[in-house]
This record gives sequence, structure tokens and C-alpha cells, in this order.
Amino acid sequence: MSDSGPFRLSKGGRLIDRAYQLPFRFDGREFRGVQGDTIASALLACGQMMMGRSFKYHRPRGPLASGAEEPNALLGLGEGGRFEPNQRATTTRLLEGMVANSQNCWPSLSVDIGVMNNWMYRFLPAGFYYKTFIHPRAAWKHLFEPIIRRSAGLGKAPTEADPDTYEQAYSHVDLVVVGGGIAGLTAARDAARDGKSVTVLEQNPHWGGRTPTDHADGQALIEALLSELRALPNVTLRRNTMATGLYDHGYLLAREALADHDPDAGIPRQRLWRIRAGHVIVASGALERPLSFAGNDVPGVILASAVRDFIADYGVAPGKRIVVVTNNDDAYRTALTALDAGLDVVAVIDARPNATGALPESVRARGVRVLTASAIAGINGSTSVEAVKICSHAGEGKVLEIIEADCVAMSGGWSPVVHLWSHCGGKLIWSETQAMFLPDISRPPTGADGMGMATPVGAAAGDLAVSGATGAAPEQPLMPVWVMPMHASRKMKFKMWLDFQNDVKVSDVELAAQEGYQSVEHTKRYTTLGMATDQGKVSNINGLAVLSAALKQPIPQTGTTTFRPPYTPLTLGTIAAEARGDLFQPLRKTPMHGWHEAHGAHWEPVGHWRRPYCYPQSGESHSDAVAREVLAVRGGVGTLDASTLGKIVVKGPDAGRFLDMIYTGMMSSLPVGKCRYGLICNENGFLIDDGVAARLSDDTWLVHTTTGGADRIHAHMEDWLQCEWWDWKVYTANVTEQWAQVAVVGPQARTLLERLGGIDLSAEALPFMGWAEATIAGIPARIYRISFSGELSFEVAVPAKRGLELWQKLHESGADLGITPYGTEAMHVMRAEKGFIMIGDETDGTVIPQDLGLGWAISKKKSDYIGKRAQERSFMASTERWKLVGLESTDGRMLPDGVYAVAEGENANGQRNLQGRVTSTYVSPTLNQPIAMGLVLHGPDRMGEMLEFPVQGQVSYRARIVDPVFYDKEGSRTNG
Amino acid sequence: MLTLTCPCCGITAEETELHPGGEAHLKRFGPGSSDGDFEAYLFARKNPKGVHFERWRHAYGCGKWFLAARDTVTLEVFGTYKAQNPHPTPEIVASIRAKRPDWQPDWTETKTSSAESLTE
Repeated sequence: MSDSGPFRLSKGGRLIDRAYQLPFRFDGREFRGVQGDTIASALLACGQMMMGRSFKYHRPRGPLASGAEEPNALLGLGEGGRFEPNQRATTTRLLEGMVANSQNCWPSLSVDIGVMNNWMYRFLPAGFYYKTFIHPRAAWKHLFEPIIRRSAGLGKAPTEADPDTYEQAYSHVDLVVVGGGIAGLTAARDAARDGKSVTVLEQNPHWGGRTPTDHADGQALIEALLSELRALPNVTLRRNTMATGLYDHGYLLAREALADHDPDAGIPRQRLWRIRAGHVIVASGALERPLSFAGNDVPGVILASAVRDFIADYGVAPGKRIVVVTNNDDAYRTALTALDAGLDVVAVIDARPNATGALPESVRARGVRVLTASAIAGINGSTSVEAVKICSHAGEGKVLEIIEADCVAMSGGWSPVVHLWSHCGGKLIWSETQAMFLPDISRPPTGADGMGMATPVGAAAGDLAVSGATGAAPEQPLMPVWVMPMHASRKMKFKMWLDFQNDVKVSDVELAAQEGYQSVEHTKRYTTLGMATDQGKVSNINGLAVLSAALKQPIPQTGTTTFRPPYTPLTLGTIAAEARGDLFQPLRKTPMHGWHEAHGAHWEPVGHWRRPYCYPQSGESHSDAVAREVLAVRGGVGTLDASTLGKIVVKGPDAGRFLDMIYTGMMSSLPVGKCRYGLICNENGFLIDDGVAARLSDDTWLVHTTTGGADRIHAHMEDWLQCEWWDWKVYTANVTEQWAQVAVVGPQARTLLERLGGIDLSAEALPFMGWAEATIAGIPARIYRISFSGELSFEVAVPAKRGLELWQKLHESGADLGITPYGTEAMHVMRAEKGFIMIGDETDGTVIPQDLGLGWAISKKKSDYIGKRAQERSFMASTERWKLVGLESTDGRMLPDGVYAVAEGENANGQRNLQGRVTSTYVSPTLNQPIAMGLVLHGPDRMGEMLEFPVQGQVSYRARIVDPVFYDKEGSRTNG
Repeated sequence: MLTLTCPCCGITAEETELHPGGEAHLKRFGPGSSDGDFEAYLFARKNPKGVHFERWRHAYGCGKWFLAARDTVTLEVFGTYKAQNPHPTPEIVASIRAKRPDWQPDWTETKTSSAESLTE
């Protein structure tokens, strides 16, 4: 034995190089593996069989498998930002200095407090959580929930940002072969010879699948295929690349591990391939199934194929006295591999009455006891296998013999990996002779052309011998074994694991059936069978076979649960790739963004835009800043960056007619040079946007939308123009970003703008709701005299590239006027002081203009507009709707946003009846009092009435119904 | 993720480039229509298992709305055609019938229902 552990074999191990020793730490202890090891093989070599504890009962667990299907040996890997939970020890390459930790145990792997769950298994049956929900209520709140919360979750989430980078790439290819085993490589070669572009994806770092391990000349066969493929220019071979899912129309996602083996390589750690495949060959092989006997989860009970992988691939002995238990011929290969490595195979327990195939005979010939019609009745040992209790398979488990052993290699047969086939609708068919679900090639997943877009080959198609490609002798059929022994007692079934990761046992599935569960999908959720991170790769078939037996129905009638991507878990970094941090989403910045930043703007995200919320000065709180800005505007002059406002040009001979359909009001009658406020509803009648439209010329309007509405309203217009009134002659263009727009607001606004020269801005020359073209401060501009604050106000639009210049000139010229930049919050406060509605505050998708006292903006003359028919429906025209009012708090407290006003009586659920809600609420610096707006039943008819707004844990708020216009009711300030 | 070919610009686009718009060929009912007609126009959708006609916009491409004939179960695309057609075109109907001999249109086919005769 070498110094990389007492269980390292002196020779063999095709994937390792004993010359390179790699020290690493597991649970704080020093270990030593060799190059080519996985963490699992390195730990096994050191005699560390126990690698974790199970999720629910905290039972000691060692590795069950040797690959991606591993349910038990899940580790927390790495430290700090590179910490990753739930990494499979069986697929994680060992690196020098690696730090790994076991999961689900406290205070340590060997001494675990949570193992008490194991003694309480009778009280934690299937559907335990759901049962605790029901009764008694108090027990859930005070007993079960705190315990479940503390023990919930598999592994810990990392707490630091991931320092690695990830990338995504696209590929379009005629054929993708998933699986680099003998079936996949053969299929790739045949397709490539036909001239197709072919990509082969292999999840492991090495090619060949099981062939090199299981067949004497396997490695040579694979090498020959690879050299042929490498010579073909139309073939791409990608190792370390796991196909995670197959989606509509041949869209395949695959994760390529680029630098998992070397975090400091300076390249992205992983790459997500987004492949559009003309066709997909599913050559994903098959997974071995466990056998359900009592104690099948004790560390040291390992899948037979994994035992020979550890021996042949890694030169590691999972045990020195091995018992093989099987229902098929294939597991005898494990006995031969172990014998070749000089290990003791103390017995082969075969459930079948006879085992006379070539493989069993060759094992017998080596002097190994083969016990047919036999089964395992139980395992002695809890943290490791000490002995195996043998019984007759046909019986109830009476122990006939006890055999000392330290490892059990089990095989319940094989299940084709049908995940990719099934992800996008491929159907399965049950094979009685092979006891497996196979892809039903008559019902494949279909592509855009309606033809099958995937073809299964090799073991994935149920052809375990890959049509004799390896020259292996034919095997005798297996005998389905779902419970071992056949008539096992209920007590034994409490120790027969189906889903190792989620601790679901034969007894749980039988209980679920007894409690009335019939659908496999319901049973899955009730028992959590197959719901862990391994998605039931090794457990599903055994589980549904047990369910079928309990329901006394054939397996195909029970069916399978749905296979969903990803095949194995993806780290979030790979899914996000470059789309993180500043690149998470594009940020839209106005031409004045830099100025705002330099002047200390506190930003508010508005869609993808960033708008200044306020400009706090040193030592100033945000609310103080807002109050200062409001008072400065109302007392002098302020500027608001309104560039984000949506601007859509609507042009053409039918533009007026079209806008009359888009708006509730009349836009066709708007004179050139004038502006008009308008409301836009959807076909369901609800208000979706508002803004001011200006008529630029005879056939051209400029439509202003809300900041968030620009793209949405432009799309809305295009939909109606292209699909409904497609013969109307109208063009639209979204010119939002072509213009910078500055609202110059306050009693000194005219004075300031006149200093910049170029236009007569007197009330006579440019009346309220008029607009004019001019050159201001040498910049071509459109000036709209519109107001969202109630003050004298001019919105000046200039070409975007000159926006900053205009803004700076305004601030230079207005310094002596106390010019103040103000943000969105001051804008909101001022509009609320004036009772102006805000889309998204007063509207929520259920509000119609009539609710908001905006009937004046709805044309009575028009025969139609979008939303008109909907607003004629009885419940829209009803007088019983909640309508806009002002709300005046009676105790000086600001009403909380969104609170509800209660009415007399209770509803059917015993809750207070409601009669209104707060939609906007602020403290008005102008009036020095809280103000609010809300929607209230019959509100406008109830002026002066009091409303009560209960808030949990506080004295109820009370408010008087008032006019929503709090400030300058006569509107004189608009004239300056 | 579906791929559809925009009949306006000819690009075969990924679903992420497209914006879905629900069932195609709805007839708008405006003021003066009955409550039943309006309700059906606004809310009632066929939602078939099988052949379906739907609206898509090439939102991150040429910006045009178009219509697609698709099987909602097999995801087979029978064809795409311009949004201005009141009914699926004869070419689309032929393409569906070639694959689904039992399928029957639920509208009356007319000779003027091709995009060319409706658009300039």
C-alpha cells in the first residue's frame, strides 16, 4: 500500500498518478491523495468511508456511487467567497490544498446531535411536515417550526461574493452528441462521416464512459474512436461539459468546467454553452440502481459499479472483504475486478434462483461462493459495515448465515439516463424484460419541423451492451427486485432506503399509498422522494416500483415523475455569467447624469434610468433636502432633469385619428403650437399612462409619456397600428433619448429663461399649455409651457448632446435667483400638493380615469377610443367605485402609504369591511402639514367625513376627507 | 425556447428576441357591441391543445408584429405570416393540412386572405 492511504492499492487505477501526492483537508484534518483522485477516492484510500450525514435522520453516510448521481457524499467545498455547498465528492477533482467539510452534522461528523432524529424515525413519517401543519396548531408554532427551520436546508449558503468569473457562449451545430462513451463516440463518428458538424459533450474529464473500466480492450476501443474523431475538422470534442437540459427547438444548455481544477488560472471558471442543435444524440448511458434491503445506507454499502470504479479507476479498495449482492450478471464484473486487485470477495448473493451466465461462472471458477435465491436481511454496523446477514430472497428475512465483511457491492439493475430525452417531451416506455424505462422512439421530443429532435443510443436507449461493441459475452436477464427479501417485515422496511439524500424509505412510500396517495407526482411531494439535489437519479425507479406494488398496479400505470433540468445542479455564477454587478442590466443615464453625480444626487432607480431623488447638501437628511428643494422652487426657481420622460413622435395623414383612439380625450382638434394633457387606457378600460401631447405640425404630434411608460406606450401604439388599424397612414418613433429636457419651474422661471435670450416668454406670447420653437442660449430648443408643480413652468427640450450645456447655463445665469436643482421626490411632493395623480401611485391597473375625477379628460364626442367599451360595463359605470379625494390627517401624523380605511361591519372572513385606501402620502413643506390622497367609496360626495385607518400595533390613524387640491386651489401660480 | 422566422425581415429569431401577444385573429368589439361579444373578445381564448394561431412581435429586431401557426403540444411551427391577414393564409392552411389531415379551419376561407392582397 502506498502512503496515500491504507486502502490505496499498490497497483492499478487508470486515472491516477501516484507520483504526485496532493495534501488536502477534510473536516480540519490533513489527508493525502494523488493526482487524478476525486475527493471521494482520496478519502476512501485513507480509510475515511464516512463523508456526511443524511438530511433528515442525520445517519452516517459514505459514498453510494462514483459519479454525478451521488446522493450521500456531499461536501461544503472551499472557503470564503469560493465556498460552495453540496459538491459531490465523487465528481470533484482533488486539488492540492483543497479544503472540504462534511454537512448536516453538529458538532462534528462523528458526534452529531441531530442523529436523535434517527431514533425518532417512527415520529417523522412521510408527510411529517404537512401533518404538523394540521394539528395541534400551537405545536407547529412553538415546537415543530423552530426545529424544522433550524434543521432545514442542505448545506450552508456562501456568505461572500464569488470571486470567480463565468462566461456564456453560443453555438449552432448540426448534431450534438451528449455522452462521450462508446455509444456516443461511435454515433459522432458516423454522423461526422456524413459531413455534419458535430459536437460531443462529455461531463467527465475523461472519455469512454464505463467501457475502459468494464472491458479488457475498452480503453483501446475508445482511443481508436477518439483519434478518428480528432482528425475530422467538423468534429468538436468537449470534456468536462455537462449537458444540463434540452429545451424547445433543439436548444441545449451545457456547463463546461474550464478552471474548476485551477482557480488561479486567470480564465473563467465555468462556461455555459447555449447551443442550438439541429439534432441531439442522447448517449448519456445508464445508472445503476441500489437494492432495497435493510441497512442499505450503512457506509460501505456501495453500488457495484462504483466499487469497481474505485478499484479500477483510482486504485482504491472500498473494502478488503467484499460481499456482492445482485439481481443481474453485470455485478459479477465487480467481483472479478476486486479479485484481480487481490481483494477478498467473500460471497456473491444473487436473488435469482439460478446464475449460470458466463460472468457468474467465471466468478465461481475463481472459487467465490455464489449464493443464489438469496438476499441480505440486514447489515451489522452503523458507521461501517461489520457483517452481512444472509437470508432466502423468497422468505421474510430469517437469518440463515452471518458473513463478516467491510463492503457490500450492490446492484439492482440499471436505469437508462433519460433526462435529456424527457426534458422536452420525449416519452418513455416500460421494458418488462429489462425492468427499466426506455425512451419510446415512436414518441420523441419534437423540433420546429415536427420531427424528432433527439435520438437515444447505447445504454441510454436500454442497449446496455451497446450492441456488442465491446465484444462482451451476452448476459442472462436480471430478475426485478424492489424489496429484499421479497416478504420483508414492516420493521425491515423502516431500514430500507429508497432516496438516500432525503431519507425516504420503503416504509414511507408504502405509508403514503396507505394514506391514499395514488399519483406518483403527489407521492413524490408528500414523501420528498427524488426531491433532493440528486433529483432521485438512483432512487426514482425503486420508489415508483414500491409505490406500484403498494397500489397493486403495474409500474407503467404508476409512471414516472417529470424530469426537469438541470441534470446536475448549476452554480448561480454560471447562470448569471457576466450579467452581475454593473453588467447586471444596462443603466440609462441622461446627458446631465455626471452633473447630478458631482452635485451629490441621491439616486432613485426608475426603470433602467437613474434619476436624482434629491440633492442632499452636507449634513442634510434626504427629507430635509426634499423640503428645501420644494420651498426653493415655490419661492424662486428650480430645475428638474425631465429627460427621461417618454417622447414619441406620431406622424402621418391619419395621426390625429389614431391619437383619438389612443387617448381618452380629443387630440385631433389640438391646434398646432398647443399642448394637451391626455390619458391612455388599455382595452380593458384601465388607466395605463398619462402625459402631455403637443401638436408640432399639421400631421405631427409629440406625445409625452411617463418615464416608465415610454417603451410600453410605444409598443402599445405599434400593436394597434400594425395589427388593428394597419391601413391607417401613421408612423411612430420613440425619440426619448434624442432630447434632453429640463423643467424650469418657479415664480422666477420666466426671468431666468429670458436672461438666456432668444424668445419672448410673456404670458401673451407663450400662454399656458402652449409651446414654441426657439434658440435659447444659442441652443435650438422647444419650450413647452406646462406644469406638473402648479408653478409657472417651462419644459425646455434641446438635442440630447446639448442638454448638459443648457443645464449649466441655467445654473450659471440663475445663481443670484437661488436656482436649485430638485429631484423626483420634490416633484412628487409638489404634484401631490396640487392633487395631480401619478401613474403607479393613484393607479394600480384596476383604476379607471373616472375614479380619479378625470372625467374632463374623456371626450364625450368620440364614438370610440381604446377602453371606451370596457368603461361602459356596469361595474365600471357603477357609482359604488372608490374615487379620488384628499385626506387630511387629524393628529399631525403622516398617514402610512397604502393603509386601508375600515367601514362598519365585517366580511365573511370576519375581517373589517373596507371603504378606501391611501394612494399617496407626504409631509408638505409648503403647507407644513401631512397631506395624502386616496381612493374612497363615494369619496367626492363625503367631504368633511372622518375615516379610520387601523395599523397593527399603533393607534388608528384618522383623516378627514378633503379636496385633493391642497395648494393654490384657484391655480393662479401657474401664471407666475 | 422557440425559434420563429419573422415574415417581415426574414430573421429566424430566438424566443428572447420576440414578444408574445396571445391568440391571433381576434375581432375587435368596440362601443355598441353586446356584453357577450365584448367579453368574448377581451377574455375568451381558445387555448387549444394542438394547432394554434398566435401573435408575436419581433421586439428586439425589426419591431414588426407577425402571426405564427404552431402546434402547442409538439411545438411544430407550420409557418409565420403577416399580422394583417384576417385569417391564416392558404399556404399556412396547406402546411397544416399536410401534417394534420384531420384538422379543420374554424373560419370560412376566402380567396382574398393572402397577405399580398391586403398589404401595399
